[in-house]
Amino acid sequence: MTKAAYRDHLGRPIVAVTGMGVITSLGQGLKDNWAALSGGVSGIHGITRFPVDGLNTRIAGTVDFVDLPAENPVERSYFYARETTEEALAQAGLSGDFGGPLFLAAPPIEPEWSARFALADRAPPSQRPGDAYDRFLTVLRDKPDPALYEAWLFGAISERLADRFGTRGLPVTLSTACASGATAIQLGVEAIRQGRTERALTVGTDGSVTAEALIRFALLSALSTQNDPPQKASKPFTKDRDGFVIAEGAATLVLESLESAIARGARVLGIMKGCGEKADHFHRTRSSPDGGPAIATIRAALEDAGIAEDAIGYINAHGTSTPENDKMEYLAMSTVFGEGLSKIAVSSNKSMIGHTLTAAGAIEAVFSLQTMLTGTLPPTINYQNPDPTIVLDVVPNVKRDKQVSAVLSNSFGFGGQNASLVMTAEPA
Amino acid sequence: MTKAPNDVVITGIGIVTCQGVGTEPHIALLKAGSAPELKIEAERFAPYPVHPMPEIDWSQQIAKRGDQRQMENWQRLGVFTAGLALDDAGLKENAEACGTMDMIVAAGGGERDINVDSLIVDEGLKRNDREHLLNEKLTTELRPTLFLAQLSNLMAGNISIVHKVTGSSRTFMGEEAAGISAIETAFARIRAGQSTHTLVGGGFIAERPDVILLYEALGAHATGGWTPLWSRDPEAGGGIVSGSVGAFLVLESRAHAEARGARIYAMIEDIGGDRGGREDGRLERRLDVLAGLANGEGGATVVFSGASGINDLSTREKTWLEGRFPNAPVRGYAGVTGHALETQFPLGLALAGLALANEAKVPAFDPAGETAMERPAETAIVTTIGHHRGEGVAILKAEK
Repeated sequence: MTKAAYRDHLGRPIVAVTGMGVITSLGQGLKDNWAALSGGVSGIHGITRFPVDGLNTRIAGTVDFVDLPAENPVERSYFYARETTEEALAQAGLSGDFGGPLFLAAPPIEPEWSARFALADRAPPSQRPGDAYDRFLTVLRDKPDPALYEAWLFGAISERLADRFGTRGLPVTLSTACASGATAIQLGVEAIRQGRTERALTVGTDGSVTAEALIRFALLSALSTQNDPPQKASKPFTKDRDGFVIAEGAATLVLESLESAIARGARVLGIMKGCGEKADHFHRTRSSPDGGPAIATIRAALEDAGIAEDAIGYINAHGTSTPENDKMEYLAMSTVFGEGLSKIAVSSNKSMIGHTLTAAGAIEAVFSLQTMLTGTLPPTINYQNPDPTIVLDVVPNVKRDKQVSAVLSNSFGFGGQNASLVMTAEPA
Repeated sequence: MTKAPNDVVITGIGIVTCQGVGTEPHIALLKAGSAPELKIEAERFAPYPVHPMPEIDWSQQIAKRGDQRQMENWQRLGVFTAGLALDDAGLKENAEACGTMDMIVAAGGGERDINVDSLIVDEGLKRNDREHLLNEKLTTELRPTLFLAQLSNLMAGNISIVHKVTGSSRTFMGEEAAGISAIETAFARIRAGQSTHTLVGGGFIAERPDVILLYEALGAHATGGWTPLWSRDPEAGGGIVSGSVGAFLVLESRAHAEARGARIYAMIEDIGGDRGGREDGRLERRLDVLAGLANGEGGATVVFSGASGINDLSTREKTWLEGRFPNAPVRGYAGVTGHALETQFPLGLALAGLALANEAKVPAFDPAGETAMERPAETAIVTTIGHHRGEGVAILKAEK
């Protein structure tokens, strides 16, 4: 290949994906996940991690099959990220120190309630209402608790990943809410395009399903309350969708300049062709009714990728199954793609794995690449009662064999966050 | 020094510390003949002294009462300070510039409801079905919107809503390192032409029991009264006196700044961050690499050290600085403002930018531990060594 073949339409290094790893409620590893996902299997189930009596939402897509040294969101999120990174590096054929930067999408951490109760047990009695933290402080002043401290730090997960995998420099831990996974990938793409590095480790992880997290989302009326049967609750783009199903998981993508990947004989799984973002100033949890920022985000991703609307063969939708998102996302897609949208299949992985929040953008990027690699479009399950105002080919209920060479993946989040990725098949 | 169109320059500074609101009081303290008056709150969170927020009229930057109500102080301070930076850059009313402006916020999390937390643990002491209690109480006692005041990325979200900064919005987390990475990333993007103008910074509220609790889990917060930064008593807690701080910068490419005739405070010549073990001189070796480009040539140098005050580590930093920059006066700004965790590094750049642009002979903040400045500096080194992990160094140059 000539040098020019390693540069994109703007003369920037082309960014390849050479390794992928994933964990969701469907299982660990890309192979098992893809078999379940393309088989239309749901990972949503009744919550057993904590009692749910009295709660309106009692289901989730938690990852319940792993053994942790301690039960808290930092340990969970680290465990998932470590496992998917091991898988991705093995696929990329990389061992030893990674030698490039780490971009980690991780959930904002809150101390565990079990820790607060434990502090309260050791603390002097209450002197006045609202003095619990004064009493906690008395306990810690006598005897600091470094393990507790680590479990409260936002930087604790990336620190451990950086040590384990030998990443370079200061790792970035980021949150753009439900777009975080896509933002981590975008930061990796940018770093390679800047020429700062030949490779970047991009990870999205979320192991933060706790009673408090569930209740907080429930109080915002964001969650589905259709608990029975759990597998049927997430039903994107249908008339009876009533909220998302909270879930966990992680994904890692090894990004590499195409030139470096080819030079070391790595297998190129796909190209991270373009990224787009645009913030929304309409509302803290709701999107602009005109879809403006989401439209601008998708257009920015296409422009960054240097490809036209009609080149997109499949859209991996954000598709949360909330009344608001699916309506807005459809408006955005139909504005950008116009008549052409009827020819593009659009499915939502969240119908099966739920909404993996911070990890979603990364997990869905892995599945988008796998869609191109296998020539199989994963279905949108639970599509029994279509929303008549959302006219989409959602790959209803059953997977479809179809070769596509360019995929769009959308991620939108609270706080006006919007990010889209365009991925293409490996150039022949 | 040659100028290039993709130089990264500071064109707007928003700053709030216990010393006051905006650039004016901070320029005054940087140009004063002696260290500023101590602003410390030693009673409210006793035995923990903290540098308090100054009096702030939120409505000056957050016009709508409804917006103010949606936030707690952590988000309010960030949004307010971001507004100051936009104002200072002359971009506040420029809808086109704000609509294409990138944003990176270094964030922790927002305030918890201390009363609800207390209520639950107190009730929990009387019951053995604590998980059920939790479901009961959280469902009935939590204000639904409090979640949004706590979410890390909602400081940025509120900046978008209030100031219409919508080019992009990214939130970095992870204590001091978040602030270092935020500026490092903004710098690299502008250098590479991926951004023309970026709002970057953060806010930190020290006056929070849930924040003090974090430090105290490590035994890191100072207790008793305030003592000078470089001579904290190892017998009086862990050495950190935290401070409520907001610090935002508008960074632009030189080409973008010059095209609109913007005032340039200073140029960021280089910036880097790193992490790793700190034993056996490893920290100092990394700092040497990070400071690599700074050679002290071309006029006087001043160091704005973000030393947190934490026992041992602050002394190590001072020793390293005196070896690496023997002729440069050091100004440990946490002694004046308090330590601001995620916002510590942006705060250092804000102070350094103000000092360079105003040709300040910055008074010693801790006269027992800092030498006098003979003349205004043309180079400023900003350091932040995370109280637990992560470190960063930036090199700023005065505009000529």
